[in-house]
Amino acid sequence: MKWVGKPIAKTDALAIATGRPVYTDDLSVPNTLVIKLLRSPHAFARIKAIDTIAAAKLAGVECILTYRDVPGVRFTQAGQSYPEPSPYDRLILEDLVRYVGDEVAIIAAVDEKTALRAMELIKVEYEVLAPVLDFETAHEHPSTVHPESDLYCHFDIGMDQLNNIVASQNIEKGDVEAELARCEVVVEDTYYTQAQAHAMMETYRAFSYLDHTGRLVVITSTQIPFHVRRKLSRALEIPAGKIRVIKPRIGGGFGGKQTAAAEIFPAIVTLKTGKPAKLIYERQETFTCTSSRHAMRLKVRLGADRQGYIRAVDIQGLSDTGAYGDHASTVFGVVGEKTLPLYNKTKAVRFTGRVVYTNKMPAGALRGYGATQGAFALESAVNKLAAELHMDPAELRLKNIIRAGETCLTYGGKLLGSSSLDRCIAQGKKLIGWDEKYPRREMGQSKVRGIGMAVTMQGSGVAGVDTASIEIRLNDDGNYTLLTGSTDMGTGSDTILAQMAAEVLDTSLDRIIVHAADTDISPYDPGSYASSTTYVTGMAVVKAATDLKQQIIAKAAAFLETPPEEVAFDGQTLRTLAGDREISLEKLAELLVLGIGKSQLTAYATHGSNISPPPFIAGFAEVEVDWETGKVELIDYVAVVDCGTVMNANLARIQAEGGLVQGIGMALYEDVRYDDKGRMATDSFMQYKIPCRQDIGQVRVQFEESYEPTGPFGAKSLGEVVINTPSPAIAHAVYNAVGVSITSLPITPEKVFRGLGNR
Amino acid sequence: MQIEVTVNGKPAVWEVDNDAMLAETLRTHGFLSVRKGCDTSCCGLCTVWLDGKPVLSCTVLSFRAQGRQITTIEGLQPQAEEFARILAAEGAEQCGYCSPGFIMTVLALKQEISNPSEADIIHYLTGNLCRCTGYLGQMRAIKKYLGVA
Ligand code: FES
Ligand code: FES
Repeated sequence: MKWVGKPIAKTDALAIATGRPVYTDDLSVPNTLVIKLLRSPHAFARIKAIDTIAAAKLAGVECILTYRDVPGVRFTQAGQSYPEPSPYDRLILEDLVRYVGDEVAIIAAVDEKTALRAMELIKVEYEVLAPVLDFETAHEHPSTVHPESDLYCHFDIGMDQLNNIVASQNIEKGDVEAELARCEVVVEDTYYTQAQAHAMMETYRAFSYLDHTGRLVVITSTQIPFHVRRKLSRALEIPAGKIRVIKPRIGGGFGGKQTAAAEIFPAIVTLKTGKPAKLIYERQETFTCTSSRHAMRLKVRLGADRQGYIRAVDIQGLSDTGAYGDHASTVFGVVGEKTLPLYNKTKAVRFTGRVVYTNKMPAGALRGYGATQGAFALESAVNKLAAELHMDPAELRLKNIIRAGETCLTYGGKLLGSSSLDRCIAQGKKLIGWDEKYPRREMGQSKVRGIGMAVTMQGSGVAGVDTASIEIRLNDDGNYTLLTGSTDMGTGSDTILAQMAAEVLDTSLDRIIVHAADTDISPYDPGSYASSTTYVTGMAVVKAATDLKQQIIAKAAAFLETPPEEVAFDGQTLRTLAGDREISLEKLAELLVLGIGKSQLTAYATHGSNISPPPFIAGFAEVEVDWETGKVELIDYVAVVDCGTVMNANLARIQAEGGLVQGIGMALYEDVRYDDKGRMATDSFMQYKIPCRQDIGQVRVQFEESYEPTGPFGAKSLGEVVINTPSPAIAHAVYNAVGVSITSLPITPEKVFRGLGNR
Repeated sequence: MQIEVTVNGKPAVWEVDNDAMLAETLRTHGFLSVRKGCDTSCCGLCTVWLDGKPVLSCTVLSFRAQGRQITTIEGLQPQAEEFARILAAEGAEQCGYCSPGFIMTVLALKQEISNPSEADIIHYLTGNLCRCTGYLGQMRAIKKYLGVA
């Protein structure tokens, strides 16, 4: 293959790296109104009175909106295909505020200073209510986070509104209790995963204006332009056809920008004033008023026989969705979906539990999307089982993992299309030096090193739901334009889609212009999330490019006066097989738009998948623990990945490294914390520690390719799976080093130190 | 107040508020490569050079630039591109949002330290956060660019 698999630089690399103005704020125009949001200082309160008169009189203030001035239809900010499984539980502004930072008023002024001065002049009287802050007692709490009667769910997600339960799950195959009773070894533990912040470098932002026909144009740093359009249409009560959403370059998303946190505010200001308006979240607002990963409590029971075959898996979960139910049921569902199939020698499996509302910042989508939380719990339990069985944890896994061609209890007879997880484990063991280093080595001077491991899986796209479309045109100059609604947020997906098209069309990358994500122009795409772009949108590219190629050949055949089967196309020239006549693609392209009755060739294809083939990864950590302080230092991390065919060697490697480091951050430092009033304590990079250059030891990535028959060129996804193993693998390494089992993230020196004392 | 500065070699006279920060002032005057990722001098995205030395422009008061030389990546395009090509070949820019500040620091490192060790590089660049790449690819690119092992 010429293009697929090659380490090709991203097509937009130079522009973004050298500082060209390509991001949302760079594209805003002069004289744009600047928006600031007045936010609730209370975790839970009712607005009794709000006085904006003095603020509105301030020179330069263009408009101030409160709950009295906005439409009253509930919607969800979660970026999911319609009908969204997330409840419609929010208004643009409401007289009930549900977390510290919930929006109270929208202020638009000629500049930031004026807007901030106006904010100070707004007087709000609150009736402060008792907040629900502890997610473990939320369902028994006397306060109801969502008492409103117009909350709406498209389908039954197991909501019990008055008891603060937004969703419930109960999947059981086989009889778990009976199976556990039969098992010779049963381990059980309760694991806690924390809320994690996305901390993408470009904060949330959007900019809007009315075009010459009076349509609302919203330029936004989003992963989900088409979903944003639908949300705006609903919340603002205007037809979707009156809205155009444009996605420029995005400064990172990680799932955060799968929730429409910013767009609605400039949009409503532009509608009310007729003027351009922009909202740029400060870093503090991004930390406190957007979304984080769902914090969870996961109780796991594993049962096995003496030989080490896992026969029963039981996971009971509780998830904290915060003040609004964005992605509440779906993230929770993924906990079960991406854990129960992993070990398939089971006779019974169960995933049950619920998601609760609390008066904290809403949780949302974050890379890994529940699989991360599930992997920490399940893999920690598997490591515990290995210790109980006195068995090498790698061997235990090799005994139990699902393999290509096999099924599992939750797959309903469907077979796994591809997996090289066994090879990933073997290769990872070799790279980390498992056999020499397991479980620990004393280093002297109160230091000891341990190694640990974990495996995990994710999916590729949302099975049976999301459908992506692609249009490819042959331009009059013989180049191609590839139109997509998917959103490259830095991963290089635009480049990868172009590579696939170039492969099929036998052309070079520079002859393919990728135009991404403008709802007026792009064909529909659900957006970039759920690790779907390469797998789902990529397949649409393959279909469209294949179709276009056939059209080109057919047209050339007509010009060459020969049947299409007699035409050979090498990407540049179309020749008769006999070799007596030929036409260049350029000439053909030109003739196709010249004269009457001709038409430019365009191919359009759509793809959705009924399955979501899992990529796999085996992660191995080596840590050094200080007996005296409990400090954990990551020495080495090895990850071996199965993402099917690697589409672009360099981009894949960076994607994996970046995700691993984010996972390492989650394992060791990152923690969204609140004080006892529900105010977020970790609202800047001073308090919320993402890894910096000094924090990561050696991180090594290798790929063990497999071939996924349903994916483009055999590819599966990669973006999310890479974040899942660091937490369980590092916890395991700490256990192997000092015998302290950490069951709540992050793994801080304090927790290890206390564990040492309790040994 | 009015300040007189030289930006990327060209003199300019700017009217700035007393409390204006350089990052905002630069953006207002069209230097859109200057980005912000925090408001607390933590991320390094806003790095520009003042008299040839890297500074965090989000916390430098604009009037402090009075009479001084400001350099943004717009003024160093050939050098920036040279490094950016290596970075891109490594696949080590993702969203690119952190890149201008990062590259400004890398170029300053090149001027300041000859033949740096890996530890020197990490030390010099610790203040430049990147959430996408995990830093390892950036390190490979820097080493290639500087020709150090
Ligand atoms: S914006 Fe200046 S250091 Fe973050
Ligand atoms: S490339 Fe996205 S933050 Fe560095």
